[in-house]
Amino acid sequence: MTKSDIVNKIVEEMGLLKPKAEEAVESVINLVKDTLSKGEAIILRRFGSFSVRDKNPRIGRNPKTGEEAEITARRVVRFKSGRHLKDVVNK
Amino acid sequence: MNRSELIKMMANGERISSKTSEKVIYLFINAIKIALSKGEKVTISGFGTFSIAQRKARKGRNPKTGEVITISEKKVPRFKPSESLRQAVE
Repeated sequence: MTKSDIVNKIVEEMGLLKPKAEEAVESVINLVKDTLSKGEAIILRRFGSFSVRDKNPRIGRNPKTGEEAEITARRVVRFKSGRHLKDVVNK
Repeated sequence: MNRSELIKMMANGERISSKTSEKVIYLFINAIKIALSKGEKVTISGFGTFSIAQRKARKGRNPKTGEVITISEKKVPRFKPSESLRQAVE
């Protein structure tokens, strides 16, 4: 499934015009993205939460060449699925 | 930020009503949930990919009693952020 399938579903269920549904979906994505980029978490009940974590620098290894290289300190996005979502995928 | 704050922010620009915002967020999340429950992958370009990973059954131990128990196999939801999301949070 892709973004356009989700847009189509919204068009079907809500009777929105396609450009409006696309705009709405992009708006959700951008708001979540902006919030994360500020370092703030997003908690969506019955789904899960997105947060950002700071990673310390560490030594990594190129698995192909075996060469060592430093992996710089970085910020990464983390998704933690909620209890409900975990239950749903195991049904 | 929680769902109601997200709805408020989305409806802030007056181009989308709060009722529409609420419904869109609900349908968006629900579509992902349904796809994942079928074991399907969901790719949201500019954001990331949701998928299902299979965990094998394994032996665990009750830390209180030391009793060995079998933890049954299960499926877990996974999220991989897209390149653009990774760059946005850096």
